[in-house]
Order: sequence, then C-alpha cells, then structure tokens
Amino acid sequence: MIRLIAIFWLVASAAFAVQPDEVLDDPVLEQRARDLSQGLRCPVCRNESIDESNAELSRELRILLRERLVDGDSDDQAVDFLVARYGEFVLLRPDTSGVNVVLWYAAPVMLLIALGIGWSVIRRPAAAPDDLSEAEKAELQKILRS
Amino acid sequence: MLNELAHFALILAFGVAIVQMIIPLIGAQRGNVGWMSLAEPAATIQFLLTGFAFAALTWAFVVSDFSLQLVYLNSHTDKPLIYKISGVWGNHEGSMLLWVLILALFGACAGWFGGNLPMRLRARVLAVQGSISVAFLAFLIFTSNPFTRLEFPPLNGRDLNPLLQDPGLAFHPPFLYLGYVGLSMAFSFAVAALIEGRVDAAWGRWVRPWTLGAWMFLTVGIALGSWWAYYELGWGGFWFWDPVENASLMPWLLATALLHSAIVVEKREALKSWTILLAILAFGFSLLGAFIVRSGVLISVHAFAVDPERGMLLLIILGIFLGGSLTLFAFRASAMQSKGVFSTVSRESGLVLNNILLAVSCFVVFIGTMWPLVAEMLFDRTLSVGPPFFDAAFTPFMVGLAIALPLGSMLAWKRGTLERMSKAMAGWLMLAVALAALAYAVQSGGSALGPVGVALGVWVVGGALADLWLRAGRDDLRTKLRRIRNLPRADWGKATAHIGMGVTVFGVAAMLAWQKEDIRIAEIGDRWDMGAFQVQLDAVDQIQGANYVTTMADMSIWRGDRELYTLQPEKRFYPVANMPTTEAAISNGIIRDVYVVIGDPQANGGWAVRTYDKPFANWIWGGCILMALGGLLSLSDRRLRVGAAAAKPVRTGAVPAE
Repeated sequence: MIRLIAIFWLVASAAFAVQPDEVLDDPVLEQRARDLSQGLRCPVCRNESIDESNAELSRELRILLRERLVDGDSDDQAVDFLVARYGEFVLLRPDTSGVNVVLWYAAPVMLLIALGIGWSVIRRPAAAPDDLSEAEKAELQKILRS
Repeated sequence: MLNELAHFALILAFGVAIVQMIIPLIGAQRGNVGWMSLAEPAATIQFLLTGFAFAALTWAFVVSDFSLQLVYLNSHTDKPLIYKISGVWGNHEGSMLLWVLILALFGACAGWFGGNLPMRLRARVLAVQGSISVAFLAFLIFTSNPFTRLEFPPLNGRDLNPLLQDPGLAFHPPFLYLGYVGLSMAFSFAVAALIEGRVDAAWGRWVRPWTLGAWMFLTVGIALGSWWAYYELGWGGFWFWDPVENASLMPWLLATALLHSAIVVEKREALKSWTILLAILAFGFSLLGAFIVRSGVLISVHAFAVDPERGMLLLIILGIFLGGSLTLFAFRASAMQSKGVFSTVSRESGLVLNNILLAVSCFVVFIGTMWPLVAEMLFDRTLSVGPPFFDAAFTPFMVGLAIALPLGSMLAWKRGTLERMSKAMAGWLMLAVALAALAYAVQSGGSALGPVGVALGVWVVGGALADLWLRAGRDDLRTKLRRIRNLPRADWGKATAHIGMGVTVFGVAAMLAWQKEDIRIAEIGDRWDMGAFQVQLDAVDQIQGANYVTTMADMSIWRGDRELYTLQPEKRFYPVANMPTTEAAISNGIIRDVYVVIGDPQANGGWAVRTYDKPFANWIWGGCILMALGGLLSLSDRRLRVGAAAAKPVRTGAVPAE
C-alpha cells in the first residue's frame, strides 16, 4: 500500500533508468555523472532522482548533464545549469540558503537541547546533598506540606 | 444482501463504539461497576461486527462480486485467489476497513486479556480505544464506504495494480497496520493513566507487551516493504526516504524509544511523564502517517484538493486526538512524580540517551518530510528534500545509537561502573577496529562507509554477546553456559534484538559501500565480467502467464569455466491494467546477491541488461527479522504472560540481580 502511488509514476514508462546508450566512455566522468544525477530530482516524478527515474524527461536531463560534463563543466557548474532552468526543486539535497537553515540546523540544536535537559534531569537528584541550606529546607517543607 | 448486511454491521459497530466510548468512562468516574463492565462486551461486539463486515468484503472479492464498486475497480476473475484476497486491502476503502478491524481487535484483546488490570483503568483504556474506533468508523462510513454498489454490474473487473500482485506486498499492509494501530493501545493506556492521574511500575508492565507487539509488527511490515522494493523495483534500492516510507519510520523510531522508556517506568518508576508523552506521540505519528498517505498532501500541495473531504477529516481526527491528549498531558503531567533516583553512570542514563537519540532522529525525519510543504506554504519556495539530505542528517544519529547501545545496555540499574563494562568491551572494541582496518585494506581505500559499518556491526553484536556473558556471573564454563541458557526470555529477547540491530547496520553499510553495477547492451550469447562472476545472456523468450504476458531471459552465471546457475529475469505486461512490471531475478546468498534485470530490445539488435552484485543484502532484512524475533522472545517471557498481579517467579539458578 505504502508505495502504491510511487509505483504509478515509476512504471509510467517501460524504459530503464540509466540506459546503456547514455553511458559515457570515460569511467571517471561517468561516475561523476552518476553521483550528480543521484542528487537531482526528476521534475515530473514523485520523489525520484533522475538516476533512477524512467521518465523521458529524466533521460533528457541525464544526457544534458553528461553533455555539460563532457564540455568541461565542474560539478557545481553542471548542477547550477539545471537549477537555473528547473529551479531549486530539482535539488534533492536542499542548500542552506535563507530559511533552509532551519531544516539543516533544527535537529542538531534539538539534540543539544535534549542532551541538556537529559543531563539536568539525571543530575538533579545527585545535586541534592545531605545537608540542605536553610532556604532549601524551608522550601522543601513547603513542598512537602502542600 | 450480504453486502448490505455488512454495511449495516459497520453502522452498528459505530453505534457500539460510541457506547463503548462514553458509558465506561462515566462509570469509571462515578465508580459504577455496572457501567464500567459494559466496556468489555462492547469491545467484543464491536470486533465481531467489523469482523463480519471485513469477512463479507473478502467474500465479495473471492467470488468476484462486481456489483460492488470496490471489487470492480480492484479485482478480476483471472487473478490468483491469494491476490483476490490481498485485493481487499489493496485500495483505500478496504485498507481503512482493515484499519478499523485491527483497531477493534486490539480493543477486544485488551478486554479479553486485561483481566489483571484494575477495573477502573481497564474501563478507561477501553473507552479511549472506543473513541478512536468512533473516529475511524465515522471516517469509513461517511467518506470511504467500501460497500458502494454499482447499478449495472460489469462482467469483469479492472484488476488490481500488478505491482501489488506480489507475495511481499500482499502482506506488507496488514503487518504495517497491526503496528500502526497497535500503538493505539499504548496511546489508550497513556490517556487512561492521565485521566487516572497515576503511573506506576504496574502500568509500565501492562503497557509494555502492547507496545512490544505493535513494534514487532511495525518492524516486520517495514522490512517487508523494503524487501519488496528491493526485488521488485528493478535496481535493488531498499529505502528511498519517500514521504510514505518516512510515515512508517517515524512511529517505529518513537515506538522503539517508548519500548525502552517503559522499561525504566516498570523497573525504576522514573521517566514517567516522558513515557506518557512518547506513547501519545508514537500514536500521533501513526495518525500523521495515515494522513500523509491517505490525503496525498505531500505528493503535491495541490493533490490535497483532489479529495479534500478525506484529508480534512483525517486532519481533524489527528488534531482532536493529538491536541486533546497533549492538553490533558499538560494539566496532568506534574502529577507523575518519579520515584527512582539514579546516578549519571547507570542503565537509566543509558536509556535516556537512547530515547534522546531516537526522538531527535525521528524529528530529523519529520522535519525533512514536512519541509517541502512548510517551505512552499510559508516561504513560497518550491524545493525538494530527498535521500542526500536524510543520508547526511539521519545517519549520524544511528551511528551514535550504535556506539552507545552496548555501553548503555550493559550498565547496572541505578548506579553502574564503567570499569565492569570496559573490561567486557575492550576485546570487542579491538576486534571491531581490526576488522574495520581489514575491510579498509581489502577495499583498498575509498569511502569509509564499509569499514565503519563493519566496526559498528561487530561492536553492537559483540556488546549483546558480552552482555549475556556478563550475566552469567563468575564461575566455570559449564555453570556459566547453564546460567546463560536459564536467563529469562526477556534477556534473550534483548540480546537477539540488539544483535539484529547490529546485523542491519552492517548490512546497510556493506551493501551501499560495496555494491557493483553493470549496464550494457548484450546480444544472445554474450558473456561479461561481473565482480567475481561472469554473466551470459543465453536466450530471451515470450511466455504467456496467468494474467500477463512476459519477456523472460535466461541468464547463466559462471565462475571461470563452471556454470553455477541460471537466472530468469522477466519483463511482464498486464493487459487488463495496461501496465508493465520488471521482475528482477535474484540469486540470494549470505555473502552476496547476484541481481539481474532484462530491459528493452534495442533498435540495432541486442537487449538492455543490468546486472548487480549486492554484497550482504540479505543481512539488512535478516537483522530486521532478528529484531522482531527478539520482540517475540521478550513478549513470551513469563513475567508478561503471567502478568503483574502474580508474584515474580522464584528462580533457583543464581542469576545475578540486575
């Protein structure tokens, strides 16, 4: 069930993902193309990279990407070329510009906060030594009586 | 007639669920025994009624009753019987009926096996469970009626999506739903405890088997789905970070956390309010998953408008249950006083770390899944969050978890010593590092993924074994082995599940790091190298299947001059659904899978062929099976079977106290 809808897109065309006639002769260049295309989204598919997508457009983008690499583009230049035409939508790994900072840093910040809370919870009982200060004793009595 | 009766049974079940929701709750408040004891028969009747409706729908699929719209849209007379049955839940309406049935089943089970619960708590648990049933029965009856008739029954149906006609996927939804819905029990227990205003060790013990059961099913369900994707989608990927996949991973992560924190509640009466919160959130994420999958909101913001009624209603259900329970939590959480005091170095601290890592990793998945929606709605940016993000943001948490797991699981409760642990783990640490270095040397440089996976796998598995070994105490070997054999099943379950985690971590890393791929055009008779093997394309034939036509290739796998075996990858075409599927042929092995796919014929002769070498692929799902098995072992422990009311069994073997 869970992947049902994904499937409809996937088999919309019977073709393969990367097809033999697309593969570049230079293995280093081809590997670069594969690595890059795994990070680029097929614009007409559901959550698929152009590397694994069967759609015709993905095939065109794969060929386009390889053409740019053969022409001597750097990785960034080749990706920017596609982003300029299809928008940041094609980036499967969003950049850290603007509000995307939240996406990238929310979890690490959350981890620090959680560790802080966890630490304070663990330390709390140990931080109560045998002899309390007068103020603490009064506070304690107040809590116990309530 | 039968279908109308079934439809009526659903409406009756709706009524019964309303009674189950209200009467016992009031009874529990007023101390009225009669009202409280209404809960159990109501739960049973609700289960029988939904069970009848489900059986009737299944029957309609089996006999291909095309007067039902649902059967017409999702079945065909030529389909094998098993896929007629799995067709029941291979669609929206049927799967919601299955959801409701499982919901009622869990409620009824709580009634049948909850004899040792205090009456008040049981009545409240069943009432809360009833309220969830009310919500989903309403959703089913008012927006997704599976029993809609067609005025003029067609002669034949439109067939189930061919990709669902597969054993792996046929049983993927039921397991997943048993997991999702199973978490509703933890939720009901949590809300009942909040109403009650008390959580104690006994509560922890009652809630654990339900969580454990749900977690087990969820584990199996996710593993089945991932295994299916591996062999069916034709390039051997096993996890895609798709929103619907994430929807099942998030509850799993929280259920895993809940499982562990409930242990602390049971054994040490600490982390109470956190455990309650986890129980609420775990089921909340199940509901969120249902909303994501059913509303299609994450496929595109605009898909939501296609069927706004269903999506809206699910959102309302999610809002009511999550909002209501969290409000209740805010008022009552302060009443949950923790008793257990523990030091920084202790099992409790280890489990706190486990919970932090799991909860934050769940948060990573959550924010990554929802971000495209947030960015588009609030910031007008259309962007994608895909596998590269999750790989980068999620993996560190799993690495941290794997590193901490053996250390935390070996510490003593309350106050542990690092010394005892470091003695036991020093050897394993050296072995892990040595094997990682070996792996790095063998792969001659390259990415660190493989070696790190090896090290973590050895570390986690070794930790589980060392833990068992430590439990045996100090004595001669025979006595130690006997003690290990006599350890409670819960301990065996823990070790098995942790070993499974290590195996999966290793499998994922090893496969991703060391897989090889070959794409080429092959003529009949061509032979080429693939890793340590050679592959030869022998023949390609057209064959007529049960309800499809297929292009089947014979590909033989060779090592030197010796032919090992023949694989038969297929490309099927289902004429009724007008859909092609790829059926990869896989030779499953412990060390590696050889994975071959046949593609299209080429214009100037030959066939497109892909071959893969997938090392240690089966370890991924093997580990998941071990995890689920560990859950099962723990579930069968005498402590949980006998229940909290009974005294702890007296052990004669001198098992050191934890």
